[in-house]
Amino acid sequence: MNTSPSAAQSILSALNHPALWHGNDFAQVATPSVPTGYAELDVHLPGAGWPTGVITEIHVERPGIGELQLVMPAAARLTQAERWLVMIAPPYLPYAPALAAHGVKLSRLMLIRPKTLAEQLWACEQALQSESCGNVMLWLDQSSERIAENALRRLQLSAERRDVLAMLFRASRASSCTQAALRLHVSRQPQTSRTAVRILKRRGGGIPAPVVLDLHSTLRQRPGAAARDDFDHAHRARVHGSTFAAH
Amino acid sequence: MLWLALHFRHLPLEVFTRGVREAQSTVITSGPETGATVIAANRPAQARGVSAGMSASAACALASELHTITRDAAKERSTLSRIAAWSLQFTSLVSLAEPDTVLLEIEGSLKLFGGLNKLHQHIARSVAELGFDTDIACAPTPLAALWFARAGMAVRVQHRDALLHAMEKLPANLICDNQIMRDLLENFGACTLGDCLRLPRDGLARRTGQRLLDQLDRALGLRPDPRLPFVAPQTYNATLPLPAPVVQADALLFAARRLLAELCGWLTATGHGVQRPKFEFIGEKQIVTIITLELASASRDLDHLTTLLPERLARTELPCAAIEIAITSGKVVPLASHNLAFLPDNASQEESSSRFIERLNARLGANIICGLTPHADYRPERAWRACRPGTVASENATSSLMPARPLWLLTTPKPLRETNAAPHDPDDHDGGPLSLLAGPERIEAGWWDGQHVARDYFIARNAMRSLLWVYQERTAARGWFMHGMFA
Repeated sequence: MNTSPSAAQSILSALNHPALWHGNDFAQVATPSVPTGYAELDVHLPGAGWPTGVITEIHVERPGIGELQLVMPAAARLTQAERWLVMIAPPYLPYAPALAAHGVKLSRLMLIRPKTLAEQLWACEQALQSESCGNVMLWLDQSSERIAENALRRLQLSAERRDVLAMLFRASRASSCTQAALRLHVSRQPQTSRTAVRILKRRGGGIPAPVVLDLHSTLRQRPGAAARDDFDHAHRARVHGSTFAAH
Repeated sequence: MLWLALHFRHLPLEVFTRGVREAQSTVITSGPETGATVIAANRPAQARGVSAGMSASAACALASELHTITRDAAKERSTLSRIAAWSLQFTSLVSLAEPDTVLLEIEGSLKLFGGLNKLHQHIARSVAELGFDTDIACAPTPLAALWFARAGMAVRVQHRDALLHAMEKLPANLICDNQIMRDLLENFGACTLGDCLRLPRDGLARRTGQRLLDQLDRALGLRPDPRLPFVAPQTYNATLPLPAPVVQADALLFAARRLLAELCGWLTATGHGVQRPKFEFIGEKQIVTIITLELASASRDLDHLTTLLPERLARTELPCAAIEIAITSGKVVPLASHNLAFLPDNASQEESSSRFIERLNARLGANIICGLTPHADYRPERAWRACRPGTVASENATSSLMPARPLWLLTTPKPLRETNAAPHDPDDHDGGPLSLLAGPERIEAGWWDGQHVARDYFIARNAMRSLLWVYQERTAARGWFMHGMFA
């Protein structure tokens, strides 16, 4: 095969033509987004961040595997910009000193714990419609009731065309919300003890490979305590440097 | 000067029926005794043939399920003075013309409201919101406006030159105080005011007295006609009787909205805002249910209050049907209106967030929503406090020096089973012990208030590779507990 370098280059430049669709690409959808704080994840998301005005559904295998740290940088950034962070029906208590350590401005945090599912959905709808909320997080598996499809559709309608991040945390076995524009699955990789984020659905199509994030590298060692194996504290600065909180 | 007259032609009736959307046949009678006559009848009753002037028993014979109410002049007077207080939001000079008209001097308000047409429509809409059926007329003199409104002529005369021409069509019996003078004028053949004005003045004065001529001169603007200005009361209390016992929420809200519209008009007129308006739903046998709306900041916005009230009402169970609704404004605070901004700014965001919190409080109750603030205490379960959302933390938490804390905290620490002094994952019954990664962090505090804790905290990892925050008690029990998760 005699292909001169110039011919090879012209073939490559032809392949970069915008009218050609590459199999692993996704359409460059211009959605207004808030950067997640993790560069490896931003690369795979349309708009390079959490999309605003749509529901983002996050399936977690079990609570406590890193789903909150995943969303913390964006939440901290929004609270520093004087938008409210609303947490509705979290499974456990959000710990204020830890939130402050992640850069969240606590005077812009609201914790709502209604008792019934209907009240939780109503509170979420009101939060999405209020213009002052920047990030609304709803945990939906507290009760065993099935959530009606039109209830989720109402949430989607409330969030539409507004500058708000709507995040829905569900168990991984729960039926998914068809209106969610972005669906993620968060699990732990047992071998490397890092968090794997799989994008199940995103705008623009395509299912990329799972993104592996080292979320717990920010934990510091106590001075003087013995460090155990495979607890890597060398990555501490990398994730912290990409948060935008001026604390 | 330009005067606007609001004539409430069905005031005795509307005092009782404005709280419901469609009232059943109702008549107002002059008294409870048997010889009472009908003073006013509403539209369903008139459709059955009942009219004013017939006796109450005849009316009952015509319409079987007729609802009869005795006229209450005191209620009418208090309603009229509340309407006058409400109308002070349009102008600063309001005068009462008993028994059924309110006069507003609106020349100074024309520029603010955008002209006479716009002001007229605004007032007509607002009065309809209160639930009254009115005739509105404008004239340069108060007496002329009053007569136009009482005659049902919705004219808008702005200049005095046009006044004479417009007044000629007014019926002559309007200007008379008593029947004798009416008969006299009818005998003269003076049916309209124009006829009266064409009669010779000295002749008319000799036959009817100087008073009639003085009234005509006042109406034409030839004599001064000072009116007593109405002074708004300092507090607001209103009651609205309901013609039938009501228990459905939307019917109650319909009636409550009428009173809220009056309250907000009075607040606009006096420049105040209300923070804790109190609603009383009075049932039969004097059972009173009190609902207080708690507002984070003083407000006089009618739409905001009408969205909060249904939420609050949904949470309350009325013990019996209500026959009367009362509103008390409570303590009012001065509230300046703010200028409309061209771009959305921080003030409007603050307002929308406080409204959002008020709406949640009204629907869900006051303890469901809270904010978090850190508290200086070494004991982890006390290092945070629930507070009102938006409270700025007074202490500057030196978090850069603090060791890592978990994002999820368990409100009660979960005891872990242990083997050989090593704790096990609470959810994993078959697995091995947790591997302790970092620690121990010794926390001993609280001897001064009796809640002494002595714990060694570790960061542990379970088989699923998630990080838990566990501790071991250093008291005699020496048990292992899980206190949080690094989510």
